[in-house]
Amino acid sequence: MQMADREVLVEVKNLNVTFGKGKNAFEAIKDVSFEIYKGETFGLVGESGSGKTTIGRAIMRINEVTGGQILFKGKPINGKISKDWDREITQKIQMIFQDPMASLNERAKVDYIISEGLVNTKKFSNEIERQEKVRNALLQVGLLPEFASRFPHEFSGGQRQRIGIARALVMEPEFIIADEPISALDVSIRAQVLNLLSKLQHENNLTYLFIAHDLSIVRFITDRTAVIYKGNIVELAETEKLFSNPIHPYTRALMSAVPEPNPHNERSKKVEIYDPTQHNYEANPPSFVELEEGHFVLANEEEIARYRETQKMGVTS
Amino acid sequence: MGETQKKTKILSIENLVIKFKLRGQVLTAIRDISLDLYKGESLAIVGESGSGKSVLVKSIMGLLDKNGYIDQGKILYNDNDLAHFSTEKDWLKIRGKEIAMVTQDPMTSLNPLKTIGKQIEEAVVLHQGLTGKDAYEKVLQLLRDVGIHDVEKRYKQYPHEFSGGMRQRIVIAIAIACNPKVLICDEPTTALDVTIQAQILQLLKNLQEKYLLTTIYITHDLGVVAKVADRIAVMYAGDIIEYGKTDEIFFNAKHPYTWALISSLPQLGVKGQELYSIKGTPPNLFKEIQGDAFAPRNPYALKIDFVERPPYFKLSETHFAKTWLLHPNAPTVEPPETLKKFFEEGREYANG
Repeated sequence: MQMADREVLVEVKNLNVTFGKGKNAFEAIKDVSFEIYKGETFGLVGESGSGKTTIGRAIMRINEVTGGQILFKGKPINGKISKDWDREITQKIQMIFQDPMASLNERAKVDYIISEGLVNTKKFSNEIERQEKVRNALLQVGLLPEFASRFPHEFSGGQRQRIGIARALVMEPEFIIADEPISALDVSIRAQVLNLLSKLQHENNLTYLFIAHDLSIVRFITDRTAVIYKGNIVELAETEKLFSNPIHPYTRALMSAVPEPNPHNERSKKVEIYDPTQHNYEANPPSFVELEEGHFVLANEEEIARYRETQKMGVTS
Repeated sequence: MGETQKKTKILSIENLVIKFKLRGQVLTAIRDISLDLYKGESLAIVGESGSGKSVLVKSIMGLLDKNGYIDQGKILYNDNDLAHFSTEKDWLKIRGKEIAMVTQDPMTSLNPLKTIGKQIEEAVVLHQGLTGKDAYEKVLQLLRDVGIHDVEKRYKQYPHEFSGGMRQRIVIAIAIACNPKVLICDEPTTALDVTIQAQILQLLKNLQEKYLLTTIYITHDLGVVAKVADRIAVMYAGDIIEYGKTDEIFFNAKHPYTWALISSLPQLGVKGQELYSIKGTPPNLFKEIQGDAFAPRNPYALKIDFVERPPYFKLSETHFAKTWLLHPNAPTVEPPETLKKFFEEGREYANG
């Protein structure tokens, strides 16, 4: 694995996001660090309230960062930054939202929805170029250019999600944050949108941060995955490694809970329940350790020793 | 599963057609469905949104929207034909008492201004005729049954003090409070996290045994179906296109739509390759559907699929599918390669 050679596109360093002040302060993200390599799909999974969306929003600069740094192509994007750099990252980092019913302006035509970003950043020289860009974006997501003159309510959920994707694409981004992009869609439409996302990744050389709670989809689409629990990343590894060899008890519980589409497996399997009190973190605080290459776990010394032991038995067989 | 149990029908739907009047047009949501529900079983109705699965169970509960009506057919329950019920008084005999429902979103199905104890007690008082201390005790009992601790304190709390999973438990407690025979669970876990989902499904299974319930699950999640269902009915465009025992649907499905539904699961996908996806969109139910509703999206469609609606073809005593591909004169069609592998693996489990 030549991970060290791969270009890092996004780097999150000791990120802390706290909402509220004083007595009401709530630490949504606690000291989270990870890197996203260029061209990969990085998955972020966790339950609701775990902070996965907050991380995405922090990178989008919607949520203010309380501590730590976020770097894009090696340059910080939070805190005080120059106007030019600000404009550049606004274009280069785009987002796809969860609910296509709520994320499109009901009163605007598709043409306006898609080109709003272009207009704001003046990314075109004349009207013809703008129309051409909208047209291309629509074609890329598998919609007809004629749709530009219609309103969002004329489209089905899957089509609306495609419009949302086109809106991100038109800015020619390098990095797209997809926050539960298919959770609100029907089963048969999900596959279409997943395929579209993979296709666009190859064609446009995109990097994705894929935020989801559905582990089967994460397993299918992501290259590396981080599992987040109550504002901490508890485990991070290549997706296949993570799924075939989950180490942290929370990851194990999460994976055992995913319903399998096979009645026999589903009924015979045992669901593990995660008990956060099992860790003795008061006396022996945990750190984020690389257990094997590219596989990180949040654990304290005693736990690491134990994980290493089980790891050996598991891997050598 | 092999032994033949004496099955008694508890609910029987015959040739049901449900229509909606919408902006001067008529939409046919349920197109001639027949379905039997047997005592003690757990039936899963699977389909996409718009396939009519919710409309079907709403009609059983008498909860159709005002513009919806039963055009023809019967819903037989205990010698009553629910299709002819018209007044609220009629329905109150069935709704809650005989057939209860757990809805999808626990955030919206509880009254935010009443303590959860009072909300459960409402059902206990109305349907079990208990009052005062008896009712209170019963509520505490129900709360314990659905896995809530510290019940005396919880009784006095409001819905906003509970998490999503806990609220769903309370919704279930309200449904159980009426001592129903049939429990309908409409996407009971869609709004919940996976770990909570597993707990709620287990709870529903336990309650089914404890209270001898017959359950209908409505869902689009085949994982949920795999866990809870004895039988599965697959719906598409207002019709049940295939039904059978869980194993028969998962490992020996015959309708191309069922194939497509299973194939598009990410679990069956190969990384880096395209995931199987169903082309096109579901049909417009305002128009009359010619032939097999799935034909325009079906790569295996025969000419007759566009002309004549297929009847049920019998595959076993319990397994039926509506597709012309099963006609003796039809060409043999194999399911897609990945699906075939999934079927074979599954059958091994079933036999082994």
